Amino acid sequence: MRLTQGAFSYLPDLTDEQIEAQVNYCIDHGWAVNIEYTDDPHPRNTYWEMWGMPSFDLASARPVLDALQACRESFTNHYIRISASDSEKGWESLRLSFIAQRPAVEPGFQVVRSNGPGRQINYTTRSYATDQPPEQRYRDV
Amino acid sequence: MEPTERSAEDRYKSGVMPYAQMGYWQPDYEPVDTDVIALFRITPQVGVDPVEAAAAVAGESSTATWTVVWTDRLTACESYRAKAYRVQPVPNRGDQWFAWIAYDLDLFEGGSIANLTASIIGNVFGFKPLKALRLEDMRIPVAYLKTFNGPPTGIVVERERLDKFGRPLLGATVKPKLGLSGRNYGRVVYEALRGGLDFTKDDENINSQSFMHWRDRFLYCMEAVNRAEAATGEVKGTYLNVTAGTMEEMYERAEFAKELGSVVIMIDLVIGYSAIQSLSNWSRRNDMILHLHRAGHGSYTRQRDHGISFRVIAKWMRMAGVDHIHAGTVVGKLEGDPLTIAGIYDTLREEVTPQRLEHGVFFEQPWASLNKVMPVASGGIHAGQMHQLLHYLGEDVVLQFGGGTIGHPDGIAAGATANRVALESMVMARNEGRDYYNEGPDILRDAAKTCGPLGRALETWGDVTFDYTSTDTPDFVATPTVS
Repeated sequence: MRLTQGAFSYLPDLTDEQIEAQVNYCIDHGWAVNIEYTDDPHPRNTYWEMWGMPSFDLASARPVLDALQACRESFTNHYIRISASDSEKGWESLRLSFIAQRPAVEPGFQVVRSNGPGRQINYTTRSYATDQPPEQRYRDV
Repeated sequence: MEPTERSAEDRYKSGVMPYAQMGYWQPDYEPVDTDVIALFRITPQVGVDPVEAAAAVAGESSTATWTVVWTDRLTACESYRAKAYRVQPVPNRGDQWFAWIAYDLDLFEGGSIANLTASIIGNVFGFKPLKALRLEDMRIPVAYLKTFNGPPTGIVVERERLDKFGRPLLGATVKPKLGLSGRNYGRVVYEALRGGLDFTKDDENINSQSFMHWRDRFLYCMEAVNRAEAATGEVKGTYLNVTAGTMEEMYERAEFAKELGSVVIMIDLVIGYSAIQSLSNWSRRNDMILHLHRAGHGSYTRQRDHGISFRVIAKWMRMAGVDHIHAGTVVGKLEGDPLTIAGIYDTLREEVTPQRLEHGVFFEQPWASLNKVMPVASGGIHAGQMHQLLHYLGEDVVLQFGGGTIGHPDGIAAGATANRVALESMVMARNEGRDYYNEGPDILRDAAKTCGPLGRALETWGDVTFDYTSTDTPDFVATPTVS
C-alpha cells in the first residue's frame, strides 16, 4: 500500500528541489518548520518523533534540507514528514504537512472487527509494521 | 421626514400615527457598540415614503403595533424601540432603499437564534405597505456573540483531528440521491474514500426511507470508512445525516453515529434554528464535527428584492454553531456570483470580517474568537476547474465532487484519485509560486501524464461550464481610489 497522509502523497515522491520550494513557501509565510519521523504510521498516531527542535526564523531552506538529510541517514527506512507551524492568532496550528521519505515497503493496515449487538461492529485499525519491535519494523529490500 | 417633537399627551393619544413620528425614525441616532444593526433593502408600495417605510420596519421588528397603545408608557419604551437612522437609495434601483436599523441589546435573549430572528424577520416581511423586503446584512455586537458557543470544532481543530493540513479537503455526495440500498450505498462510500477523498456525504433528503433504513446506512457506511482508513492510512469521514422528524429521533441517530466511531454527523437547515443549536451542543459534548446542508435556503435567499441574504444565514449559522456549511462554488451549477461568494466565505472564515460593499458586506464584523466555519463547495464542479476553485475559494474549504467522482468513466475510485491528484498538483504549483490560475490547464495536463484517471476526467468534463448570470449580486462596485 501507499500511505497517503500529507498534502502531496498522491503525486510522485517529491524531489529535493520540490521539497526546497515547499520549505521556502513556509518561510515566506513566517512559519516554523518541523521534521518528524516514525515507524508507526497509524492514522491516529499524532506524535511522530521530532528530529531536533522546530526551525524558527529561517533565512533560507538550507538548514532544513541539511537536517532532513541527516534524519534520512539515521532513519533510512522510516517515514519522515515536514510540517509547518503558524503562530498567528486564530491559527496556532500546522498549516502544511507532507511526507518527505517513506520506507521501501509499506505493509499497511489491517481492519480488526469485533461483533457487537444489533449488527454493530467495533473497528480497530492495526498497523502491520508495529507487530514487530521497533528495530525490526521495516527491512531494507 | 423629520421626527416631530411631541408632548407625551399628544404622542400617546389613541389612534394611528406614522411610525416615523412614533420614535422609530431617528436620523441623529449614533449606534453604540452593543447595538444589533440590521440593514434592510426596502421596496415601498407606490406612494409610501421610504423613511416612513423604514420606520415601519423598525417598529414592526421591535415594539410597535399598528396603533398607539398607552401600555408603552409602563415601559422604558424609548430604549426598546428599534431606530431607523439612515435611509439611502439603492444604486441603480429606482424604487428600492437601504435602511439601517439599530436594536438595543436588551431586546434579545442571549444564545438564541430563534429569539433574534423572531424579532428581525418575525412579522415584518409580510407588512402590507412594503412591496418587498430583504435583510441584506447584520452587525452582531461582540457582547451578543459572547452568548453563543459557536462552531463546536472549527477549521483549526477539524484539521488537527483529521491530520490534514495545507490543502482543501475533498468530498463527494453519494449519488443517486435516493433509492440505493444500504449495501450499495456503502460501496460508493468505500470506493470514493479509498480512491482519495477525505469525506463522503449523505444527501439532504437521505434520512430513513423504505429503500434504506438509517441504521443500515450507518452500519454499511462505517464499514466503508474503516476499510478506506486501512487502505490509505488516512483519517476518513462520512457525513451521516441525522435529520429526522423529532429531536428525540435525531439524538438517537447522533448517538449511534458516535457509538460507531464516526468523526462527523450532518443536519439540514430545514430542521430549524433551535434544533441546530441543540445538535451543536451535542456535537461539542461528543467531539463531533457538525456538517450543515443548507437545504431550503434558495427559496428565500436567491432573489435580490425579497427574503434574506445568504450572508446573514451564514452569520447566524456561525453563531448557532456548525462546523461545515454549503456556501457556493462560483463555477458550479448553483447560484453564486464570485464577489458575493467571497463575502460569504469571509463571513465564515475570518477573525474579523472586513466591510466590503463590493462583496455585499455592509459591516465590519469582529467574531469574538468564535471558531471558523469550513465552507463547503458542492454542485456541478469537476477536476478540470481545480485552478479556479483554489483561486476563488482558497485553502480552507471542502470541495465536493459528487458527479465528478461517481460519474468517472473508470469508476468511483478512479474519479476520486483524479480529483485528489488535480488538487495536490494545483496546491503544489501554487506553493511553488507559479501563476496557477492562468497555467491551471497546463498544470492539470502535466499531472495527468502520471495519472491516467485525471487524464480521463479532463477528457470527459474538461469543457463543462455553467455560465449563467447570477441573480444575487452586490449593489456596489469597487472603483480605484485616486491617491
